[in-house]
Amino acid sequence: MESSLQNQPLTVPPVPPPDQQDPPGAHQRKGAVEGTATWSLSDRVGLAICWALGLLFCAIAVAIVAYLLVQGIKFLRPEMLWTPAAAGFTETESGGFSDALFGTMIVALMGIALALPTGIAIAVWLVEYGRPAALARITESTIEAIAGIPSIVLALFGTVIFSSTALGFLSRSTEGVVFGRSFFAAGTMLSLVALPLIVASVREGLNSIPRHVREASYAVGKTKAATTRRILLPTCRPQVATGAMLGLGRIIGDTAIIVVLLGATQNFAPVEGVGFPLNYLRGAGTTLTNFVYEASPTGNLNQPQKAYAAAFVLLLMVLALNAAVDVVHRRARKVGTWSH
Amino acid sequence: MDEELTQEYGPKWSDQRVERMLGALVCGVVALLLALIVTVFVRAWPSFSHNGLAWFSSSGDVEEQLNAISLSAQTSGEFVYTFHAWPLLWSTLLITGGAVLIALVSALFVAVFIVEFAPEWMSNILQPVIRFLASVPSVIYGLLGVLVLVPFIGNHLVTEGQKASVAGVISLTGYSLLAAVLVLTLMIAPLMVSIFSDGLRAVKPGWLEGSLALGVNRWRTTWKIGVRSARPAIVAGTVLAVARAIGEAVMLAMISGSVAFAPNPADGLIFIYEPSRPLAPTIVKNIDQLSSPPFNATLFSIAAVLLFSAAVFSLAGWTARRAMQKYLAP
Repeated sequence: MESSLQNQPLTVPPVPPPDQQDPPGAHQRKGAVEGTATWSLSDRVGLAICWALGLLFCAIAVAIVAYLLVQGIKFLRPEMLWTPAAAGFTETESGGFSDALFGTMIVALMGIALALPTGIAIAVWLVEYGRPAALARITESTIEAIAGIPSIVLALFGTVIFSSTALGFLSRSTEGVVFGRSFFAAGTMLSLVALPLIVASVREGLNSIPRHVREASYAVGKTKAATTRRILLPTCRPQVATGAMLGLGRIIGDTAIIVVLLGATQNFAPVEGVGFPLNYLRGAGTTLTNFVYEASPTGNLNQPQKAYAAAFVLLLMVLALNAAVDVVHRRARKVGTWSH
Repeated sequence: MDEELTQEYGPKWSDQRVERMLGALVCGVVALLLALIVTVFVRAWPSFSHNGLAWFSSSGDVEEQLNAISLSAQTSGEFVYTFHAWPLLWSTLLITGGAVLIALVSALFVAVFIVEFAPEWMSNILQPVIRFLASVPSVIYGLLGVLVLVPFIGNHLVTEGQKASVAGVISLTGYSLLAAVLVLTLMIAPLMVSIFSDGLRAVKPGWLEGSLALGVNRWRTTWKIGVRSARPAIVAGTVLAVARAIGEAVMLAMISGSVAFAPNPADGLIFIYEPSRPLAPTIVKNIDQLSSPPFNATLFSIAAVLLFSAAVFSLAGWTARRAMQKYLAP
């Protein structure tokens, strides 16, 4: 009986009255707007600068999307998406970037699979437990510090960890020398890049749930752990999703860690003598960011057309993630959880 | 109270157990950060101990020093560590400083615009635009920089006379301080805008209304009351942006020019067209040398400097925020 109750999904959480949803300060832009006719010249110049900069940002964003769209349509051939890169002298001979595309997906999956549970657990501990207080403060600073560490430093640290013989089973090793570059290595370090974003987002969600929700759950005899699992986490699902997608965006956009920890090849380099998924995961590979970096005029391949095509695919992924974040936000507002 | 309720659920998911498990995970993450800091500094130590404070000085050619380091591992048993990184440091300072200054001013204007002055439709456009610009991967900025901005600077902005005047020292091809600063500005400004505008939105409406009621116009109210009370957010955003700018490796490796050269502002305006290479891109460019012990120490010493400066900036930001919050309502 006990367990069947526990396994029931949570029904819709209580909806707060709509007038509570306005964040403080939201009303200050409404109401009569003063004209600028009475302002002094310098104030009006300032406002003009505001408009100019705002329009400039819009123009730059439009220019980036439009330019990559044009170049992408010009240079992207569908077969590039399922042809691996090959050695060749011209752009037509050298294949596509399917390995890079799959590499991006693998790395994103691994990174988020590690970062999401860890991030949720840390956020839950910080908000719901947080004892002793000193450890909570240290943890907060730690997360902030991880967010501030340059990813190239994380990458160098990764080379030290994953070249150790104890972790040799995560990458290729020949005669005791551990190669240290693999999808495992890159995915693990990339999860650290996504971690602070996920923690921040889930924390915000947990903090926005009013106290009385928790008290109601305790009052019917649920433990703190059960309350968190059955009520608090389902309620802040939009924030969890937002954090995951922001983290995903950072993971697929990161280049430094990939260049250092996944290797400079343009193809999968599976390890011999290991079963199917593991041989690829333990081997070196590439991602779209790495491909763009190598195919740019400063990289080793120097194939700008293919770089444009890959960058276009990458940009589409980023745009899709952005749109997904928007959808989640809008839906959360409609359902009426306690998110802003 | 929690302890009593725990009994009903049995030992598997009891509160104490969950708390202990989560606590252990948290301790693990803290330990990982400590391990990172210790590892980076331990690995960097040979380079620092051989060079002393001369590590930060400028003498000789950095490229030659790097070559000597890599050669020493291949040929003799005697490792060479001599490395004087001033040109790289100077380039980091110039590029980061320039980008943060431009981004700070423009992000402040844009944030004020979004929160206070933009019509509804305009801020509805601007907010997603800012979010989009913040999420574009740095390598795409780098690609656009190297294929669009760099050729433009090299072909149209730099005159033949300028190219000839420094021909013996360095070649001006468009890979330049100017390109690096502009693209880096574009990368960090959206980050600042989103944090600044959150801060501006959190300003108490009563304070602004008080100022408006005294007859001060909206523009001055915003700057004198709104922006000033949002100073903690402005510091926080700036610190975050500085950390991003210092650590940016790949984009700068693509467009800053990749020559260890220290552009000198005393040479006149031409210095903005000169190539250079900051610290972080130096690591990316030399990453294949990681397996040679002296080079490894040198790269880690660069990483240690990056880590240290990121820490100093966030500490400074934290101190500044605390000092400001003391005089403001919570």
